[in-house]
This record gives sequence, structure tokens and C-alpha cells, in this order.
Amino acid sequence: MQSLNFPPPIYNNYIPTPQKANPFLFRNRRDQTHRFPPLLLAAKHDLALNDDEDTGGAVAPLPEGLRREVMPRHVAVIMDGNARWARQRGFLEASAGHEAGGRSLRELVELCCEWGIRILTVFAFSYDNWTRPKVEVVFLIRLFEKMLRSELDNFMRNGIRVSTIGDSSSYSGKYDVVQACRNIAQKVKDGAVQMEDIDESLLEQELETNCAQYPCPDLLIRTSGEHRISNFLLWQLAYTELFFAEALWPDFGKAEFIEALASYQQRQRRYGGRRRS
Amino acid sequence: MGTLCGSRLSELFGSLGSFFRKCMFCILSMGPIPNHFAFIMDGNRRYGKKEKMEEGAGHRAGFSVLMSMLKYCYELGVTHVTIYAFSIENFKRKPDEVQNLMDLILEKIDGLLKEESLVNKYGIRVYFIGNLKLLSEPVRVASEKVMKATANNTKCVLLICIAYTSCDEIVQAVHESCKNKWEEIQPCNSHKSCNGRIEEVDGKNIDDGIGHSVQELSGVQANDLRATRASTFCNDVAQGVESTDNGSGVVGHDAVHGSCDKWGEVQSLEASITGDGVIPYVKREKLAVNPSILKVVDIERHMYMSVAPNPDVLIRSSGETRLSNFLLWQTSNCLLYSPNALWPDMRLWHLVWAVLDFQRNHSYFEKKRKQF
Repeated sequence: MQSLNFPPPIYNNYIPTPQKANPFLFRNRRDQTHRFPPLLLAAKHDLALNDDEDTGGAVAPLPEGLRREVMPRHVAVIMDGNARWARQRGFLEASAGHEAGGRSLRELVELCCEWGIRILTVFAFSYDNWTRPKVEVVFLIRLFEKMLRSELDNFMRNGIRVSTIGDSSSYSGKYDVVQACRNIAQKVKDGAVQMEDIDESLLEQELETNCAQYPCPDLLIRTSGEHRISNFLLWQLAYTELFFAEALWPDFGKAEFIEALASYQQRQRRYGGRRRS
Repeated sequence: MGTLCGSRLSELFGSLGSFFRKCMFCILSMGPIPNHFAFIMDGNRRYGKKEKMEEGAGHRAGFSVLMSMLKYCYELGVTHVTIYAFSIENFKRKPDEVQNLMDLILEKIDGLLKEESLVNKYGIRVYFIGNLKLLSEPVRVASEKVMKATANNTKCVLLICIAYTSCDEIVQAVHESCKNKWEEIQPCNSHKSCNGRIEEVDGKNIDDGIGHSVQELSGVQANDLRATRASTFCNDVAQGVESTDNGSGVVGHDAVHGSCDKWGEVQSLEASITGDGVIPYVKREKLAVNPSILKVVDIERHMYMSVAPNPDVLIRSSGETRLSNFLLWQTSNCLLYSPNALWPDMRLWHLVWAVLDFQRNHSYFEKKRKQF
């Protein structure tokens, strides 16, 4: 699972307190295995841009109907439907669908950048996907590599931070909780934490998504009309607004994204409380 | 006369309705039926406002619809139904609203035990799922009474999530898993004795008398044993060691003495006595918890919801599409359905639609189950 952090938009001339610039680092967040090469992560401080790094271009205004003050900070996407898309078009292999899906992702990243969505988390590959045909799995892994390498300059230029979450390349919500549980058990064993100190905030700190400023998505989009979560995130989805798009992932473009955002903006998030009257 | 006619007509329509419902369920049963439905009953208050009812009337209307839904589910052959009655987050609402809800819940819990209730009619076993310690005593006592009274019912199950959030459930499961794994390691599962003879301790010669980090005991009466659960051991000299060479050749030592200042950290160690009175040799490293042994199943075992299979369909009324901290762990592959109807407006056809949707997706779900 990849999580992308975008710098805040500069449409309102907001320049945050300048931070000491870190050099660009090629750093793996987790120990990478042979299945995924180390050149995945470009870590940069994720607060913006001082004047020297100003991209110079105005950020795109929002499409009509969308309000800036209720844009989600963190959007998560389950990119479902590539294989079906390929089948519908008569391709024998799913790879054509995955490549088309890659283009959709590229477009989505650009839109998030333009519209001020700070974090985008995409469900790239889960434990479940390892059961697919080997040819497809190998293709997917290579496609990720290729995309990340080719987009690296773009990410650097736009101040986008990419984090890979999960065990090498696969992720599941349940596994995330289990590994958090193991970390906590280790801390109990080491005496750093008492058993009675185990609470929600401790568990949350140990989840893989704690690398993000806003670890819990505000909006989760799943494409291809499937109405289920499929073990993508779990804890983090407690109060996430869910949007199920009928379009297959390669067909999910700007219009579909606007529809999802519009739906999100109409909802009243209560977190167990009462509606505002 | 008119009243009698009216009531007879009503009975007739009721019977006809029941007949058509049964026919429809027969047709639906030709395909797979979900084993477990979960409901988030959202929209009661909005319904009350919409219908210009007094405060609390919306929830009562919602309760009637719940009873109907349960009846339909159990008639259809659904074995488990879970409902989200009250979230831990709901305690943050206005105190009088919380109190009204708790009063209603208490009234309805008591009603479950009545002769004519659904519980008795369908042989339902009821579980109250959640952090019940957070409930007031009357509600908690009533819940426990119902659970006990229905413990022998076997036909179907109703799980009422009350004082529940998924995050709270997961945290307590994590807590219990850690505690459980710790306790499983004690007593030791390592047996180094062979023919009753312990050859060495931690790699050092037993006659050494030095460097014993563990106790070896043999032929010691149970009441001489000091049960200890060790968090750390030290390698220093165990003083006060006595050697006894009994017939079996096993060496006995006094327990838990030593010059090492770490002995002070030793809390307790439970040693088990085998049938022949030999206490298994306890290796130091075996007593250390290895966190990597914790698995998904360990956490699942300690979930409140471990008493039921995972839901097949989760229905949230009122058109909201979010889980609101309900069954996050259990719904990872569950079909989600969110009709626009407010909960008191939910009807049989919403349930039928959910079943049809489930049947349409069933082949996918079966494939997932077989994979795992």
C-alpha cells in the first residue's frame, strides 16, 4: 500500500514556518525484501515549500460544486477492476488493465496535488493478491517499480512524499493490527510499557499508517461497484466515509473523482455524536 | 360489528402477508442465504422529527421494526443477527438522551425474557457484546440475566452490541492476547530431564553449583515449591543450593536464592510437576515472551465477537455509508449495503434486496473463503 503526502497548496499564500530542509533521502521505511527493490521511497520533509522551492504556478481552482473548506485531507482508494476492464476490451491478459490503471493513478495523484488533498493512500497489493496467477503478480510488481521510478522526478519536484506501508509490498488491515500487537508485546517484554497501559492511542501509534500526519482517511473510494473493504485498512476506517464507484479503476477519472468528493462534502460526520440541527 | 369485521380483515391480511412472505423466502432459499446479518439501525431520531413525534418515539418505532427484521431473518433461515444498539461514543451525547436510551434498552432487555417474546418463539441465544463494565448496574445485571437464561437456546443467535466500539474490542483483544501468550509460556514447555537425570543447567555442569539461572527441583513436596513467574533471570550463583542424590539421580535445589540482584525482579515462576514428581527443567530463554508468536488467530480468539462467525451482510440504514466503529475486524470481506430508508422505514423488501445482492456476489465470497 502506498501513501502519498502532498505539500499544502499555496493558493492562499500560506507559507508555513520554514523547516530545516532535509536532504533528499532514499530511505526504506521498512526492511525491503528481494521482492521489492530498495528504490521506492523518497523522503522529504512534508511541510512546504519556502520561496525558493515555490513551483511558481497557481494551484488549480476547485471544480464547481466543491467547497474548499470541506475537502478531505486524506483520501484512500481501492483500485479495483483492472482485470475486468481488460477482459471487457478483449485482452487476454490482465496486464493491459493494470497499465491503464497506472494511468488513472497518475491522473488522480495530479488532481490531489492540484486540489489540496494532503494524503492519498492507494491499495496497491494485498496479501490476498498473492493468490493470483504468477504471471500477473510478477507483472504488477514490475509495474509498481516502473511507475515509481518514472514518477520519482515528478514527486521530487512537487514535494510529494511516498511511503510504502506493509510487509515489503503487501498489506492487510488485520496484519497491521497484529504487527502493532507484536510491537506492543515487545515493549511490554522490554519493560517500556505496562500491560495496563495498552489502550487505543498506544495501538494507533504502532500501526503502519502512523507515518502519515492524518493516518485515518476521511474518504475511502472503491471502484468497480464492489461494496466491501477487502481487508484494506481496518482500524483507520472507523469513521471514514465510504464511496463505492461503479466505474472500473481504469475508467475512474476526473469526473468520477468529483462525484466522490461531492458526495463526501454532503455528508455530516458525527463520530457517534448527534447531527448538527 | 364493524370492529369485529375490521379485526378479522386485519387477521386475514396478516395471514396472507405471512403466506406470501413464506413463498418469497422459499424462492430465495433456492440460492445461498447469508448466515449472519449485521444491522446499524441509523435514523430513529430523524424519523421521529420527520413524523413530528415526541422525544424518544422514533427509537420505539425503530424497535418495532427491529423485531420485524429479526422475525424475517430467522424465518428466512439466517442463524446469526448482530445489531449495533449503543456505541461507547454515544455516551458523549446529552445525559438525558443517554438516560432515555438506557431506560428504553433496559425495558426491552427485560421484555426479551417474557413468554411471548421472539427469543422464546425462535429459540434465540442472546449475547451482549461490548465493554459491559461501562453500563449502569441495572442494565448490566439485566443483560447478564438474559444471557444466562438463553444460554441453552441453540436455534439462532442474537448479538446485541452495547457499550461497544470496534477499537475498544480490538484493544482488549490485544491486551488479552499479550497476557495469554505470556501465561502460556509458563509453565515451561521444555523438558530437559532424561531418565530423571538433569545433566546440565544453561550449559554448565550441574556439579558446578555456579551459574544456575533456573531452578531444578525433584522429589520436592508441592508445598515446598514456590511458584514464581519470572520476568528476568540472572546468571549469578544460586546460593543455598542443596544437592540431594535420590535414587533416580536427579538433583534437587533450593529455590530462588542467589546473590544476583536481579532475583529481586523475579515475580513468580510456575513450575509444573510431572507425574513422577520430576519438575521439568526450565530454560531461561523459554520464559522470555517472543512477540513474533502472536498471530491473527490469537487476537481473534479474544474478540468479544468470537462467539459468532463473521457477518455476511452489513446493512446500515438512512443512506450513510460508514462503519462508525462497528465490526471493523469482522467485516473485512462483508457485503455492505446502505439503503436510504431511515431505520423505522425499513421493510421486508430491503432485506430481500440485501439477500439478492448477497446471492449475486456469493461466488466471489466463496472463492475468498476457500483461499483462506
